Amino acid sequence: MSILVDANTKVICQGMTGRQGTFYAERAIAYGTKMVGGVRPGWGGGKHLGLPVFSTVREAMAATGADATVIFVPPAEAAGAIREAIDAEVPLIVCITERIPVLDMVQVKRALEDAPSRLVGPNCPGIITPGECKVGIMPGNLFRRGRIGIVSRAGTLIYEAVEQTTANRLGQSTCVGIGADPVQGLTFTDCLALFMADPETDGVIMIGEIGGTAEEDAADYLKANPGAKPVVAYVAGRFAPPGRRMGHAGAIVQHGVGDAESKIAALRGAGVHIAESPTAIGATMASVLG
Amino acid sequence: MDIHEYQAKQILGRHGIRVPQGGVASTPGEAMRVAERLGGRRWVLKAQIHAGGRKEGHFEGDPSAKGGVRVLDSVDAVGLNAEQMLYHVLVTKQTGPQGTEVKRVYLEQAVDIQRELYLGMLVDRRSSRVTLIASTEGGVNIELAARRSPSSILRLPIDPETGLRDQDANNMAAQLGLEGNAAEQAARVMSIMYDMFIANDAALIEINPLAITREGDAVALDAVLTFDNNALFRHQDIRALQDDTETNLGELQAAHHGFNYVKLDGNIGSLACGAGSALATVDAIRHYGGEPANFLDVPPDSKVGRVKDAFELLASDPAVESILVNVFGGGIMRCDAIADAILVATREMPLEVPLVVRLSGTNARLALSSLRDSGPPLTIADNLADAAEKVVLAARETRRTNRRGWWDRVQGALGKQQNDS
Repeated sequence: MSILVDANTKVICQGMTGRQGTFYAERAIAYGTKMVGGVRPGWGGGKHLGLPVFSTVREAMAATGADATVIFVPPAEAAGAIREAIDAEVPLIVCITERIPVLDMVQVKRALEDAPSRLVGPNCPGIITPGECKVGIMPGNLFRRGRIGIVSRAGTLIYEAVEQTTANRLGQSTCVGIGADPVQGLTFTDCLALFMADPETDGVIMIGEIGGTAEEDAADYLKANPGAKPVVAYVAGRFAPPGRRMGHAGAIVQHGVGDAESKIAALRGAGVHIAESPTAIGATMASVLG
Repeated sequence: MDIHEYQAKQILGRHGIRVPQGGVASTPGEAMRVAERLGGRRWVLKAQIHAGGRKEGHFEGDPSAKGGVRVLDSVDAVGLNAEQMLYHVLVTKQTGPQGTEVKRVYLEQAVDIQRELYLGMLVDRRSSRVTLIASTEGGVNIELAARRSPSSILRLPIDPETGLRDQDANNMAAQLGLEGNAAEQAARVMSIMYDMFIANDAALIEINPLAITREGDAVALDAVLTFDNNALFRHQDIRALQDDTETNLGELQAAHHGFNYVKLDGNIGSLACGAGSALATVDAIRHYGGEPANFLDVPPDSKVGRVKDAFELLASDPAVESILVNVFGGGIMRCDAIADAILVATREMPLEVPLVVRLSGTNARLALSSLRDSGPPLTIADNLADAAEKVVLAARETRRTNRRGWWDRVQGALGKQQNDS
């Protein structure tokens, strides 16, 4: 099973003909992802990487019946690309693009309210179900098929968690980078719910960071829906000086809410096992599973 | 991106929100001329820095402990107080203990205030909507009020399809206890705030306080306006308002080169790719008992030249006693690019402190072997835990050797004196 993507997921790529799109689409194909086409306005009827190119997402959907789209479109046009995918009712939209204006994302979120699509990102590395499907930019050879679900706001920390779970003889069922932007698609809570319902996932690692209330919301959800599966969390930025900007728009500590200690306390209160340091993520999960 | 109060008020004024008459000055004489031009008998003099809490702040070395916002009754007092503020360091709750040097002051006509309200607008993450925040507890105590009675803070998430509807703004004004002309004007201020927010890609608009005068006019006495950095590409006019003089030199260099750098108080320098990874690196150093000297995030799409600049910024910090490079290659970040940058940087400027390198992921093996073959003396770590432990030990070792060096110099000097005598 796994969550969101598997060996049968058919994927199109918006922005496939660009530099980044080409680079990652090629890698996804090499990994075994069922890439079925690309979208670039005005390129309809063409071919790229041996795949058909369409002018619109709607045409691509009609011709390929894709289940998912991955977006590599520059920030100024990225929100428009997401909205086009929403209008075409693509079931899963993964947006890799970073630095999208937040008000553009406010509009996107509004459009998602009445739509059947799910959005992951933006500003994220994407999703991978090891050995089956990669929709994003992760280095595929790092991952091992297994039974731990990983969800992270910080992109590179997924790799850290993956290396440590593998070192502890635990593989991954699915890894989701949800991104750290203030307005985003799937949240920790959404992914926890999916992992709890997935028969191939035995435990979940969530990697949060300072800023926002996504970790506190996840804690509320776990309290209200106590699952049988253990959750291990690491919250990055415990020693960040308060009130300073740390690169991610998300990582701002505001008025004492959203700092690492408040998140850790909330998660602990919901029965989550806390990895005290980024070096202890894998070992904590291994010891919890026994 | 932050701007100064006087700039924010100019923008507010242009959009039709009433602000007091005022003028900016960078010398005491200029401030006095502004007072004469404005006329009247009472003025408010305000230090212009990118931080709040000015009224309760104090100037470094000034025993009077007067703050950065002062009400004054004569032109001479304006000159004297401007002199006390300009080119002095103002320390507030939001500047941090090092404070910020005041390079401009803003002088306004004082306003007769009947009530002070709080109005704020930002993008609320939980609702994913632009949200209007309002309170009757305007003024300096808004944070206290929010903590003591959260119910005194009113929130209105705004549907982007409809914008802020007149009936919602009117309703909000009524909930603030306003009537008649005052209610009408306050509602109008809210609508203008929303239009400004959308038109300028703001990140925060705060009017605190919005004063209601005896005549029932709504006047913005203080304003904070910040903008979404990701949207500056479509607002050249806003970009032009940026004042870089307040940023720390290292942070400024970093911004220029396109990486995120924050100076911290410790002695262990670190470099990582990705903000989360950089935060985790700092956490790991602390976990193993070390004190981070910085947070440094080099974006994963960086070229060798940029990584080299970042590395040199670290290596040239005199507080740094050991350096950790912690990079997990993935996406477009390849470890060999990091190794190349270290090789070039250390060839140009030999390192004076120990270097610990942890590279994993894309091309890590290639990178490590080229560092081993032709790199500077360095310690290679297997994983983040190993790396953090090693870099903390290395910093201790540097400190011990330096201390020994100092002692040797003292001994040498003493011996020389004895020989001389």
